[in-house]
Amino acid sequence: MKATVKIKETLGYAYIYSAAAIIFIILFVILFDITVKGISVINWEFLFQSPRQGMTKGGIFPCILGTFIVSIITVVFSVPLGIFSAIYLNEYARDTKITRLIRIAIRNLSGVPSIVYGLFGVALFVDIFNFGTSILSAGLTLGLMTLPWTITASEEALKTVPKSYREGSLALGATKWQAIRTNVLPYAIPGIITGTILGLSRAAGETAPILFTGAAFSLPSMPSSLFDQFMALPYHLYIMSTQHHDIEGVRPIAYGTAFVLIALVLLMNLAAIRIRYKYRKKMKGRS
Amino acid sequence: MENLEITGSKITSSRFSISKMFKMRRGYITDFLIEKFLFLNGAFAVFVLFGIFSVLFINGVKTFDDVSLKEFLFSAYWNPTGFDRESYGILSMVVSTLMTTIGAMIIAVPLGIGCAVYLAEIAPQRIRDIGKPIVEILAGIPSVVIGFLGIVLTGPIIAKLFHINSGLNGLNGSVLLAVMALPTIISLSEDAITAVPREYKEASMALGANHWITITRVIIPSAFSGIIASIMLGMGRAVGETMTVLMATGNAPAMPHSFLESVRTITATIAIELGEVPYDTTHFYSLFAIGIVLFIFSFAVNLIADIVLRKYQEVER
Repeated sequence: MKATVKIKETLGYAYIYSAAAIIFIILFVILFDITVKGISVINWEFLFQSPRQGMTKGGIFPCILGTFIVSIITVVFSVPLGIFSAIYLNEYARDTKITRLIRIAIRNLSGVPSIVYGLFGVALFVDIFNFGTSILSAGLTLGLMTLPWTITASEEALKTVPKSYREGSLALGATKWQAIRTNVLPYAIPGIITGTILGLSRAAGETAPILFTGAAFSLPSMPSSLFDQFMALPYHLYIMSTQHHDIEGVRPIAYGTAFVLIALVLLMNLAAIRIRYKYRKKMKGRS
Repeated sequence: MENLEITGSKITSSRFSISKMFKMRRGYITDFLIEKFLFLNGAFAVFVLFGIFSVLFINGVKTFDDVSLKEFLFSAYWNPTGFDRESYGILSMVVSTLMTTIGAMIIAVPLGIGCAVYLAEIAPQRIRDIGKPIVEILAGIPSVVIGFLGIVLTGPIIAKLFHINSGLNGLNGSVLLAVMALPTIISLSEDAITAVPREYKEASMALGANHWITITRVIIPSAFSGIIASIMLGMGRAVGETMTVLMATGNAPAMPHSFLESVRTITATIAIELGEVPYDTTHFYSLFAIGIVLFIFSFAVNLIADIVLRKYQEVER
């Protein structure tokens, strides 16, 4: 009897340890494969030139630029909205039906599949607002998709600011908004930035929402206005690995693109994690 | 709060000059306007959700001018550009989506929960500090990269293992979707396990149970609803995932009979066809109708997760 319990226990621990090890291995294999095969094509030319000869030669600069510009639109659109909603929810909202409705909406928005945002973007921005397939349509679509993440992250950041900060300011005669502006927001900003960077890194890697709202297969020149189409890193990787006429031949370029994309996302993640770490230490010292 | 403000202004009126009082009042008016402005921002999320549903519904419902709901839901033939007859049956896609999702859950649930227990209960603090960011990085890897690895890495391995021509099939999709769903399952399950009150664990230990018994008999049952919710949300992620399945499952639009056959999910169908289809055609509208199916599914998954979690909170109280 005792022996079987012991065996069960050993097996149980073995299972837990191996599960954790497998997760680690999965991440390692992903990063290793992309890095080893991708880093060899990375050079100045690859990073700073346009594709040439039917995208079989040259670099991916337009894609990097496109992803960058679209990300800016995404941030400009979703960050202020996200922060303002978070302030409302955390500082003003009482537990009413409307507040609950808002929270339910946010939770459901974060679960809506990215391709559905794509459909929505096509119907609303491309068609009804008549922005066409453009940087603006794609950026707004991605902005809507990141909105629930920005709200959640900002609210988490606001929650970490101790109540006494608000009370101190109110006791000195500040209005509620003054208290929030001077005594709450400054302390929540690092947390908000962390959340924003994480959300942005996910948006930068998303493909489905931009497939039909503005990303282009290849373009003869750089986009010159917000109503132009653009090339983007994730879309380029998709094209290079499934749609190109010489898929085997452009494999190194696909690996290179994947490497640049992953490096970009990882750097953003690391920056966010670092800011959060520093900020947590600081807040611990305070409260 | 409101009381405090009122008494505040009363004091002002008796002790300060009128101009100062006016200034204070103006402060409160600004405050009032700001609150309304912030509320509008908060309410925006509701408009977006409502907007998404309306857009899907208004466009999607036009499909049924030409196609019967019965054909749409229960026919397995999807061929909107058919020469003799256009057919709009989504059954094979729904089956494909369910297949890859269930396959992904079979892989991801045991792995994810095991890893969550490790991180929350067994790992020393130092490893836990690295473990959380690792899971976050895994969550941050773009789906298009996972899809790419499905083509160049796991696909060929699967083809070799099962002696088939192409590894771009349901199994490949399941493996990759498992990778996509894992971070959600791990981090939410870990949160649920960490949230189990310390006293439960201490009581169990005090009664003579060892760590293993405490984990299996006390901690996991207490965190069970949180774990279920994490699985539901991971499942939502797998169902809605587009690029990975689009790139790595072959996309043959037929009813799949096994995991080693090519499958074409709901999301992949939208992604493949939305680019080629002319606006204002039944084909165009049918893609929105498929979108409704996806939307309802993600809504249901969220709702179930929500109900499970709420029940758990009530029990805790």
